[in-house]
Amino acid sequence: MSTVKAKQRPAPRSGDITYIEAIQAAQAKVLEEDERVFIYGQDVGNFGGAFKATKYLADEFPGRVLDSPISEDASVGMAIGAAINGMRPIIEMQFADFSSVAMNQIVNQAATHYYRTGVPIPITIRLPSGGNEGSGPFHSQSLESLYAHFPGLVVMMPATVEDAYSMFLEAVAIDDPVIFCEHKFLYYHLKAPALPEKSLPVGKARIARAGTHITVVASSAMVHEALKAARTLADEGYQAEVVDLRTAKPIDTDTILASVARTGRLLCVAESFPWGGINAEVVSRVVAEGFHLLDAPPQRLNCKDTPIPYHPNLWAAHRPTASSIESAIRRILRF
Amino acid sequence: MSAANTIQMGSTTPTTEEEQFISGYQWMLLARLLEDKLTSLYRAGKIVGGVYVGKGQEAFSAALAMQLSPKQGDVYGPLIRDQAGRLAFGENLMDSIRTYLGSVEGPMRGRDGNIHRGRPRDGMTAMISHLGAGISVINGMLMANRFQGKTGVVGAACIGDGGTSTGSFHEAMNQAAVEKLPLVVAIANNLFAYSTPNDRQFACKDLVDRAIGYGIAGHHCDGTRLEDCLSTFEEAVAKARSGEGPQMVVGHMLRLSGHGQHDDGWYVPESLKVSSVGQDCIDNASKYLLKREWATEDELAAWEKKTRARIDRAVSKVSKEPKPDGARENWYALSTKHLCEGTPEV
Repeated sequence: MSTVKAKQRPAPRSGDITYIEAIQAAQAKVLEEDERVFIYGQDVGNFGGAFKATKYLADEFPGRVLDSPISEDASVGMAIGAAINGMRPIIEMQFADFSSVAMNQIVNQAATHYYRTGVPIPITIRLPSGGNEGSGPFHSQSLESLYAHFPGLVVMMPATVEDAYSMFLEAVAIDDPVIFCEHKFLYYHLKAPALPEKSLPVGKARIARAGTHITVVASSAMVHEALKAARTLADEGYQAEVVDLRTAKPIDTDTILASVARTGRLLCVAESFPWGGINAEVVSRVVAEGFHLLDAPPQRLNCKDTPIPYHPNLWAAHRPTASSIESAIRRILRF
Repeated sequence: MSAANTIQMGSTTPTTEEEQFISGYQWMLLARLLEDKLTSLYRAGKIVGGVYVGKGQEAFSAALAMQLSPKQGDVYGPLIRDQAGRLAFGENLMDSIRTYLGSVEGPMRGRDGNIHRGRPRDGMTAMISHLGAGISVINGMLMANRFQGKTGVVGAACIGDGGTSTGSFHEAMNQAAVEKLPLVVAIANNLFAYSTPNDRQFACKDLVDRAIGYGIAGHHCDGTRLEDCLSTFEEAVAKARSGEGPQMVVGHMLRLSGHGQHDDGWYVPESLKVSSVGQDCIDNASKYLLKREWATEDELAAWEKKTRARIDRAVSKVSKEPKPDGARENWYALSTKHLCEGTPEV
């Protein structure tokens, strides 16, 4: 069936590269440099993806950016098979939420394969994650804690345009399955002057802001909410150190402990649901390995324990924001 | 991995109808006698977990795999009851015994057991227990061939009647059809999925009718008759290989055992066991060999004796091999070691 052809990709702009453009540029780069790479997902072909992360790529790399049927399970299964036979597939989930349909392939097939057979599965699964106004229960979820739970997966959560680019390149280069959680809220809002030449290695957390009074561990969009809260508190003389985890698995415990050693206080912030998860994991590790460093009980802040509401008024109250982070920090500082 | 441990390739390919049939019979016999041996080892407490046999579907299983050539790049996704097909595809007899007995010399090194074994790099996938999930993996291996410009290659995926009810099965079939992949899906309808009969599993008249819905070719064969299985798979695999797209082959037979050796299959009615679908494909094949005068009674007895001795030797060797040691195991779930999270030390 013939469809109307999309236009060609314009030359990359400089000065205001967005998070989604960084992901698009990273995908173009790996397609260009590695013939083993192909992209498979719903509407990723001529249409360019629901968020335009693959815009123009089908035209630029004929036969290597393919529309899939609405079959998340078979898409990941197909990527696993292609990886066994020497390819480096990238799977785009239209929304992170829909990856639950592929959960079996991800956690039982891809994640167990290396341990069982000795053959690693180099696939990258892109998950447009997190909430946006009006997105509701099925287009807003943050599933990094779910995937981090299973052995055999690397879970990345870039919080910056630079990391979206450089971590994506590493995701494709890694021989194991990578769950790449990109935040939809950051897609168009976040901008950087240029794509990075160098980056921290995957597995290392980043000190997004140095401080001495409290450590705030966050990732993805929550890094920016935490930074906003930190700026407000700085006006009052409180210096919060913000640690950007960058990867949910592995967690860079050393960097977190070193920060807590400087500050004596810990708040963990995540957009995911509160039961278990990254926040619980970080608190658990700090208590187990750095109990003597703490001057106050460590706390965590997640979204509420309900499905994610549609209306902006409810959504704003459901997830952690700069304001709720600021309140949480104040409570810990008062201890 | 030493050459001796990988999938055995390059054995003489049988060409005439007689050679094909005899070869098929010998794979069936090897599988049956091996699984009989594994069953007795299980009953003697030498195998932990379970033993799942393909009794009654060896003809259907072997006939498919005999059409495949790992040397040419064909890929094969066997399932629970495909010991015969695994052997015909080229799996070393030792792989099966080592996996069941947990030898570290085997392909799974004690990390997975029984039927969940494979050598993916040699074209044979290691099934997971979630039915239907392996078909899209075969699709992916075929897609890789397409990207790499390899042609004339076929992928085969095995499934049972119960597995056709999963979403995974449907997604993978539709995907293969959309991509027009050279996939052969072999559905062994042995009338029971564990204990659930066909009429609680699906409502269509015959599973092969589903091929129409996917827009692919459907074939049907009598799973109790090796000659029928051979001719059906020969045609289906040839069509897939020549670019005619996915082929669905449905075989009818009765599972002549319980689901696993822990289950005696008490729920299978006697009327089915004595009906034509309940016939044993090995009995039928040996009668056929005698009728066509391709073998004598003495030859059949000699083949059986020789096969039993071969299995006994292999079991004896594997029994002396080391078992895995939890204290010396490499507990890494990733090949990228520096990204593995260490087990917290207490």
